[in-house]
Amino acid sequence: MQNRPFAITLKPGTSLSNLTGTWRTARPVYLSRLPPCNNACPAGENIQGWLFHAESGDYEQAWRVLVQDNPLPAVMGRVCYHPCEGACNRGQLDSSVGINSVERFLGDEAIKQGWKFDAPATASGKRILIVGAGPSGLSAAYHLARMGHQVEIQEAGPLAGGMMRFGIPKYRLPREVLDAEVARILDMGVTLKFNTKVENIEQSMKLGGFNAAFLAVGAHIGKRAFIPSGDAAHIIDAVSVLRSMEGEDKPMLGRRVIVYGGGNTAIDVARSVKRMGADPVVVYRRTRDKAPAHDFEIEEALQEGVMIKWLSTIKQADAGEIIVEKMALDEKGFPQPTGEFETLEADSVVLALGQDVDLSLLEGVSGLAIVDGTVQVSSNMMTGHPGIFAGGDMVPSERTVTVAVGHGKKAALNIHAWLQGKTYQAAPKPELADFSKLNPWYYSDADKTVRPTLDMIRRQTSFDEVQGGLDESTALFEARRCLSCGNCFECDNCYGVCPDNAVIKLGPGKGFQFNYDYCKGCGICVTECPCGSIKMVPEET
Amino acid sequence: MGFQPVKFYQTGTFTVGNRLLAADERSLQSGETRSNSINSGHRACQGCGEALGARYAIDAAMAASNNQVIAANATGCLEVFSTPYPESSWQVPWIHSLFGNAAAVATGIAAAMKVKGRTEVRVVAQGGDGGTTDIGFGCLSGMFERNDDVLYICYDNGGYMNTGVQRSSATPPAARTATTMPVGPEPGNPFGQGKNVPEIAMAHNIPYVATATVADLRDLEYKVRKAMSMHGARYIQIFVPCPLGWGSASHDTIRLARMAKESGTFPVFEAEYGEVTGVLKIRHKISVDEYMKPQRRFAHLFGKNANPETIARIQSIADRNIRKYGLLEEECN
Repeated sequence: MQNRPFAITLKPGTSLSNLTGTWRTARPVYLSRLPPCNNACPAGENIQGWLFHAESGDYEQAWRVLVQDNPLPAVMGRVCYHPCEGACNRGQLDSSVGINSVERFLGDEAIKQGWKFDAPATASGKRILIVGAGPSGLSAAYHLARMGHQVEIQEAGPLAGGMMRFGIPKYRLPREVLDAEVARILDMGVTLKFNTKVENIEQSMKLGGFNAAFLAVGAHIGKRAFIPSGDAAHIIDAVSVLRSMEGEDKPMLGRRVIVYGGGNTAIDVARSVKRMGADPVVVYRRTRDKAPAHDFEIEEALQEGVMIKWLSTIKQADAGEIIVEKMALDEKGFPQPTGEFETLEADSVVLALGQDVDLSLLEGVSGLAIVDGTVQVSSNMMTGHPGIFAGGDMVPSERTVTVAVGHGKKAALNIHAWLQGKTYQAAPKPELADFSKLNPWYYSDADKTVRPTLDMIRRQTSFDEVQGGLDESTALFEARRCLSCGNCFECDNCYGVCPDNAVIKLGPGKGFQFNYDYCKGCGICVTECPCGSIKMVPEET
Repeated sequence: MGFQPVKFYQTGTFTVGNRLLAADERSLQSGETRSNSINSGHRACQGCGEALGARYAIDAAMAASNNQVIAANATGCLEVFSTPYPESSWQVPWIHSLFGNAAAVATGIAAAMKVKGRTEVRVVAQGGDGGTTDIGFGCLSGMFERNDDVLYICYDNGGYMNTGVQRSSATPPAARTATTMPVGPEPGNPFGQGKNVPEIAMAHNIPYVATATVADLRDLEYKVRKAMSMHGARYIQIFVPCPLGWGSASHDTIRLARMAKESGTFPVFEAEYGEVTGVLKIRHKISVDEYMKPQRRFAHLFGKNANPETIARIQSIADRNIRKYGLLEEECN
């Protein structure tokens, strides 16, 4: 008392000597949970991570985070079926974040601005052969080159891209976009040899002095089905049709084109021939909701005037006409013949019944297991033969560009470890940031931005890209719809809502820290954290 | 790189801060330089709404007056938990006298400052709802009537919490307290009693009256700043949930304040010279039972002996608030 001025009994702020942290039975801790988008991405992208940078308008940094996992963002922003958006927590609030459209914006921006990949850090001196310049091979080449390995791709065809070029029509993926992203990978010092079909993998490896190989030849052989047909019937497979679209000599299919099948390839063929002036009819034995093609593609095809006959099989093909039989679903959902027939005009029949893998390069290789026409690989993407890895459409999996890109990355990580005599261990996945972990109150209401779509007449008559991109301001808006699930985005809520001033703010980019001397463990910060980046854990007793 | 301004910032102004907003557009509480008028180490319960509300309000008052604030405090939780002898949590000049005379003490300080010519020094009085709506009501009304240059802040948690949760004239109907037990034909606090002090303050035609909650920080800071820009008698009532007295989880303090506002139970508005000049609209309307259910003081209205008639009566009070203040978006045009 003696040192204080008149009438002053208590010194200001002296309650600091009372450490209220001792009251606590549970403590808050910061953590990063796994956002559902990242969890759903077959290419293993850190989507929330790159959106974070896009939110502040730093598109180059966003792109750099994106390409740590996927070197083909402009392609991916067009052809990916975006399972991320299906998993997006914002879908439970209004509608999911347009991740795919922001990815495309970043990819296009990178091409426009001429951003390049970082140069490889060190040279390992190891040589790796990649067979096939499709999405899987290109992805593996990129990741291996980044790790400092010397990579050579041997491609049987005259151009790079694989199914991205010879399977996906131009109206979904303009070729200059594909070329730009392939060129950027080659700029890292990756060698690409065209018209080089690997006949015998072991021999090619020995010849080139390769330490390991990654096989990614895809699945290019169209499956056939037995259809009783007259001599004059014109039957051709879908892969050949799509491939010939790339060349000068467009396929001669006539006016009435029957496409047999219900997958994405069938729809791609139908939409492509529509653009060449033909009248395609898709014949599929089951119903629309059972068709493997994505519903939005079926919808776009129908909009463009493609006819689809559901519940129908082709019984007989002759010159100028086919006979289809109507089907009915039984109680198990399988199509059964009804005995009702119908004749359709048909100048040609395109079979889109799936594709097989050309496995001839593997003949005589020991230790391989081949089941149902695909090469079996273990969880590290290696075949039964040491040093030979495989991925993409030639191994059992869903056949999409995104899955293939993911295979390429995974194989690269495993090859890198194998070359050092190690086994690649993926970091354990953190717990999932599901919707229940969020406090959605804090997010502004904002509906999804709709991408522009090409005029119908131009869709029916040209191969111009159907779906447009977002411009700068709409892409920024879309990025900012991200809820940042499970990952702190520095909203300062924990810092603001603590009744005990027990949160220390470390400054921009550095996050926060709890002051456990005073934190009483009330848990308000956990409840009020918008993105679920804090959790309570019991104190040890 | 230059880019178009976009009027959408992820969380907008709902969160305390927002890295996408310019520094001067963020809340005062998001800044490392906030004055922390009430320091760590205070003995408020876990999740205390009043401790939080007091820091929000006094920090804002400090920032609005170049840190020249003197605070007078009524007896109550805030006084007890912040100043157990020989410690004080306060980092502002602060005085406590009696339960019922905070308004009078503040009036005296304001008069003294005027006599000394210290026009830059601003006076704030603060108390809980017991010290404001019951025990200190005479002094408060006198302060309003004389239009003394004091901002009076009432932290409303609906009862005398630190003495064992007794009823006050701000306790909501049907709520259980130590003195309004959930027994008899009308269990809990009786309907039709109590006082609406913000409206009584408006009836004094003082320059500024406002209500706020700890769930709407931006609104609260704006109202304190606005009050500090004016002179004469001003009154702000801040809704501060009390985990102890309400029987709610300590982590639900802000959530309950938000639900009180979103259900219309606690209308958030501001008024100048007796006329309402602005209301904080309901964003996602909820019913009162959603707000009441997490609180054990209303537990007797739910469960086995559920009492839907009583809940309906409370709902009709909320509906009346919504109508009277125009709390829904469509009613404002």
